[in-house]
Amino acid sequence: MRTIAEIENEIIDDFALFDTWEEKYQYIIEIGQKLKPLAAEFKTDDNKIKGCQSSVWLTASENNGILEFSADSDSVFVKGEIALLMEVLSNQSPEAIVNAELGFIDQIGLRSHMAQTRANGLAAMIKQMKLYAVGFQHKNV
Amino acid sequence: MELTSVKSTFDVTAIRKDFPVLSEMPYGKPLVYFDNAATSQKPQVVIDALVNYYSHYNANVHRGVHFLSQKASDAFDVVREKVRGFINASTEREIIFVRGTTEGVNLVAATYGRKNIQKGDTILVSAMEHHSNIVPWQMLCEEKGARLNVIPMNENGELVLDSLEDLLNDNCKFVAVSHTANSLGTINPIKEIIAKAHSKNIPVLVDGAQAVAHDEVDVQDLDCDFFVFSAHKMLGPTGIGALYGKLSLLEEMPPYHGGGEMIKSVSFKGTTWNEVPYKFEAGTPNIADVIAMGAAIDYWNSFDRAAAHQQEIDLLNYCTSKLADIPSVRIIGTAKHKAAVISFIVDKANAMDVGMFLDTKGIAVRTGQHCAEPVMDWFGIPGTIRASFMFYNTMEEVDYFIEQIKKAIQLLAV
Repeated sequence: MRTIAEIENEIIDDFALFDTWEEKYQYIIEIGQKLKPLAAEFKTDDNKIKGCQSSVWLTASENNGILEFSADSDSVFVKGEIALLMEVLSNQSPEAIVNAELGFIDQIGLRSHMAQTRANGLAAMIKQMKLYAVGFQHKNV
Repeated sequence: MELTSVKSTFDVTAIRKDFPVLSEMPYGKPLVYFDNAATSQKPQVVIDALVNYYSHYNANVHRGVHFLSQKASDAFDVVREKVRGFINASTEREIIFVRGTTEGVNLVAATYGRKNIQKGDTILVSAMEHHSNIVPWQMLCEEKGARLNVIPMNENGELVLDSLEDLLNDNCKFVAVSHTANSLGTINPIKEIIAKAHSKNIPVLVDGAQAVAHDEVDVQDLDCDFFVFSAHKMLGPTGIGALYGKLSLLEEMPPYHGGGEMIKSVSFKGTTWNEVPYKFEAGTPNIADVIAMGAAIDYWNSFDRAAAHQQEIDLLNYCTSKLADIPSVRIIGTAKHKAAVISFIVDKANAMDVGMFLDTKGIAVRTGQHCAEPVMDWFGIPGTIRASFMFYNTMEEVDYFIEQIKKAIQLLAV
């Protein structure tokens, strides 16, 4: 199993191929369009993180101490962001998720192109993923 | 409808040179600034006014006996007269400097409102208000046990005045309505609303934030009781705006903030208030921005405003017709009387995704709810993409914008 840091470094390497914000945007859209849609049963208000400009549905399941996230959004860009977060945080232990610093977000230059509202949305998604991890951590104690 | 041969005597190329920001190159691409309803760009004369004040005569006003203070006071004081002229108030005492439209509305709610609104009263707003012309009234209603009523709108985004007579009933004690709706561009029939409210002796506040830079405003002709606007949407700096109020009302109103400048005499037994407008201007005023607001008004008076307005109407009509030709685009807000604002959605594409795509191409638009959540709820949509024009925008920019919208649709609406 690759560590969170290893996956983050791979993403940083991928993004190093792009020189412009335009290319990064298109790449994130591409990743978002590939994200498997969330089954309708999971698109509940309980799973919803409501943002100013888009909504995200996020859910998590645990198998043998390993967490897996599923998510969807009405914004393809947000789907791309969450797909990146899932690539890093899915299939990890709750401890690793809670402790993840996620420095890749700044390193790939994502946050610097975001308005405050979108940056808050990204922060809300990360918080929710960590809250799931904390929840599963306590469940296993 | 093709409008490619739009003729205008307005020299856009020359006027664009007055705005240094317009030659910026975000991501190496020419800036196309279509977010003017959020804030307008500033001509060099406004920027110079700020720099000159801080560089050459920065001093507090109305207090000092020294050269700089006198110079600053003179530069500051003449602006009240300029603002008076800009909206044709009858005396400069009717002009109160505020931080912007939001503070102006809050001032009236906290002073006139607190004094006059009682339990069981209603305050009337419209269905297309900006949050800043809803929330201060809601706060007042909550405090007083009053109720907020709403003038409804139709599917074109026009106010429906059929029910106005009923809404202006004996309980209604105040009306607050926007001149031009920021989210839809609708220009409201405020003169008619004011006349009907006045026939029942109900005062009216007009939110003029979106109107002042696009239509010539005459508060005496409108006969509104209060009119509020921000300098930053009319080529001036941020953090300054004006509240117009009829002198008789202002004189009856209690003060807003307490502090220096707003008092006549202070003792520990009690304090007497300064005269209008100073009664409402506690503390050191925003001297630099007031002076720069004056420079913005001078700039407005330096060219043909009718021609500038026509340029905006041409941009609105041209862009509207081009967008209407794209099958997956739906324009939200199709009122007969519109300012140069186009809100729209794209089938199967999130507004923010489209806005971010346009950003990568150097185009600045606003996306989302535009601080008008009830409007979005009315149309049953999460938000729109909003292109809003100023006289310095060009038909070529519209062409480029349309081309990029088509590309965004190809990429996103799949």
